[in-house]
Amino acid sequence: MVDIRSDASEAIPPSEVEDVELYHPKSWWTKYVFSQDAKIIAIQYSMTATAIGMVALVLSWLMRLQLGFPGTFDFIDADHYYQFITMHGMIMVIYLLTALFLGGFGNYLIPLMVGARDMVFPYANMLSYWLYLLAVLVLAAGFFAPGGPTGAGWTLYPPQAILSGTPGGKDWGILLMLFSLILFIIGFTMGGLNYVVTVLQGRARGMTLMRMPLTIWGIFTATVMALLAFPALFVAAVMMLFDRLLGTSFFMPAIVEMGEQLQQGGGSPILFQHLFWFFGHPEVYIVALPAFGIVSDLISTHARKNIFGYRMMVWAIVIIGALSFIVWAHHMYVSGMNPKFGFFFATTTLIIAVPTAIKVYNWVLTLWRGDIHLSLPMLFALAFIVTFVNGGLTGLFLGNVVVDVPLSDTMFVVAHFHMVMGVAPILVIFGAIYHWYPKVTGRMLNEAMGQIHFWVTFLGAYLIFFPMHYLGLLGIPRRYHELGETAFIPESAHTLNAFISVMALTVGAAQILFLFNLVWSLKKGREAGGNPWRATTLEWQTPQTPPAHGNWGKELPIVYRWAYDYSVPGAAEDFIPQNQPGLGGPTREAAS
Amino acid sequence: MAQSVQTHTGETDGRPPGLRGVVADFSSDQRAFKNVSWGKAMMWIFLLSDTFIFGCFLLAYMTARMSTPVPWPNPSEVFALTIGGQEIPLILIAIMTFILISSSGTMAMAVNFGYRRDRRTTAALMLLTAVLGASFVGMQAFEWSKLIAEGVRPWENPWGAAQFGSSFFMITGFHGTHVSFGVLFLLIVARKVWRGDFDAERRGFFTSRKGNYEIVEIMGLYWHFVDLVWVFIFAFFYLW
Repeated sequence: MVDIRSDASEAIPPSEVEDVELYHPKSWWTKYVFSQDAKIIAIQYSMTATAIGMVALVLSWLMRLQLGFPGTFDFIDADHYYQFITMHGMIMVIYLLTALFLGGFGNYLIPLMVGARDMVFPYANMLSYWLYLLAVLVLAAGFFAPGGPTGAGWTLYPPQAILSGTPGGKDWGILLMLFSLILFIIGFTMGGLNYVVTVLQGRARGMTLMRMPLTIWGIFTATVMALLAFPALFVAAVMMLFDRLLGTSFFMPAIVEMGEQLQQGGGSPILFQHLFWFFGHPEVYIVALPAFGIVSDLISTHARKNIFGYRMMVWAIVIIGALSFIVWAHHMYVSGMNPKFGFFFATTTLIIAVPTAIKVYNWVLTLWRGDIHLSLPMLFALAFIVTFVNGGLTGLFLGNVVVDVPLSDTMFVVAHFHMVMGVAPILVIFGAIYHWYPKVTGRMLNEAMGQIHFWVTFLGAYLIFFPMHYLGLLGIPRRYHELGETAFIPESAHTLNAFISVMALTVGAAQILFLFNLVWSLKKGREAGGNPWRATTLEWQTPQTPPAHGNWGKELPIVYRWAYDYSVPGAAEDFIPQNQPGLGGPTREAAS
Repeated sequence: MAQSVQTHTGETDGRPPGLRGVVADFSSDQRAFKNVSWGKAMMWIFLLSDTFIFGCFLLAYMTARMSTPVPWPNPSEVFALTIGGQEIPLILIAIMTFILISSSGTMAMAVNFGYRRDRRTTAALMLLTAVLGASFVGMQAFEWSKLIAEGVRPWENPWGAAQFGSSFFMITGFHGTHVSFGVLFLLIVARKVWRGDFDAERRGFFTSRKGNYEIVEIMGLYWHFVDLVWVFIFAFFYLW
């Protein structure tokens, strides 16, 4: 067990940094629209991400309608189907998950949780959002461009991505996609630098690195990774733009298109795959690490127990982040690679299971003998653990070369990554919104609607993706517009497909209830007060709720303890806020 | 809004010595890097990210060069200039490299004079750096137009692999863009120094924050980085 010291106070070093100079808005426009306040920017990011995410949700409905009831919907032809797949994937991974976790939660929580007044460079932070919005608009413009959006698949593999057989390949689609990605990366860099520098250089007195809530560790590590991984996507996008616009041959081998020998040749399509996955695999953890961090805090708060093995949790996050840069080629086992590379990448991939398993054990051990409150954030957190373990186990299948080869490009892969990086992080996002909505708006979200939302989403997600594993084991390929009459596909598989589609529509509908809840509770929700969850972290200790511009009133908070002093024996209450002076107050913080 | 409460108990000097002290310092409160301002930290991290961009560009170029089945043109011949009837390989590149590296010297001097608050000398040296940078970009433009006149295009060239032209225009173009933005910002900062913004604590037009002479050093970090990247481009593209 952790030592319980009777006195949490240590030497609080004197203030080293000058207080941040805030920009004080002079008009409605600079206060709410062109705002430099990280909290407003966070809300802008979240709303934009949710809006474009709804588009992606509708696209998934359309795909499921086609897969479940082939031939019923005339307007979903093969071209449209591929365009829906591509836009659904790209929007969900980058414009929803990355933007919501880092731009949304990052902006809102980093300054509040580390005890800063704002991000270190609010102006650059504002630009970050506007570039993100522009990127989203350019992406959405694809739907209205001649030829429609690109249908290259979300991985955009060349040469097919820029050939005329692919929807949008010789039209506007692929160009708008690439421009949008480049804008997103530039915008993200401005925000990301802010998040990293705020965490490294702008913390409150007493807030040491090893006292930071795990939420901040997750977001911080993910941001560092994003700053190092997005460059590869940037370079790949620039080179593909040149291939498409100028006729260069970075990724183009000698190729015959529509019976005509192209001028291009001598390029390497595999090079694109390397660049793409050097970004693409860290991207999985860019989405997962903030989720890991947030879920740790949700579990600790709602089980009224300190997180088990805090230091181990921090190191696991950092190690996962580092390892994720040397596993990318496990996405390319069937691309044609030296078997020795396959061996190397399979080994590193499976090694990641170790720090990940440490995290899962620690979550479970945090719950063990805790005072578990089955509040909505806790339900979502529990659902996350189960889902993540499921998705992680199928990851062990796919990480092995010999097992991956027959499963590659089947529905098994779709089921795996939807479980592990679709459903799991989204569950955390929901849990986090139920958790922090009271701080953002001052009101609680409606509990009844929340319960319906949770059970439909959680059970529905399993009813969608569990059968999909089975379809994959049958050998049903992914990305096929129509299966048709194929000998190896039994009739029951088609029935199962129809069932999955009905469940997908149901789960989608539950999200509309959730959005309604967000709007309804804004006016009608129960008053939350400053700290409804009786949590320890700094964002719940602000003088006003929602926190005012500058967050902390006159004096910045001073941190005396770690973020997990729950149910400390001898304390007056079952939680002790981080900024409560230590004299006379016990702590469970491990002696450092 | 400065902090006035003193809770300093005099124990901060009790940090452990040696490597444990380094760890204790790094993970201590408020700042991981002591005595590093926000702006400087941000520039360093940006440069780290930018390193990955140039790294990816160079690796992509090397992959293209190794995987193309057509022979690669000989850079010594392609980048030779005929001066006085004599063909001198890489002479223009050598001059460009010399100029860019010299500009790093003038930049370093500008930083030094900036911290002495010698605003005229600082501004003059920054202006000189900008002129050197601009002449680098100018010579690059000359090199580009010479190659274009000889028939080099992004999609083809008269001597061999098409990827030669593609990589050349892409990498030198991206680096040239960095230098051009550097020149632009050098001019902006030089103007601020000259006008005495950092002595008068004048607020920025966009950010409405007060600047100080450290911005010269941050500008310098960027400039030296662009210079360093050129050394790698020079080695991997022109000398290989």
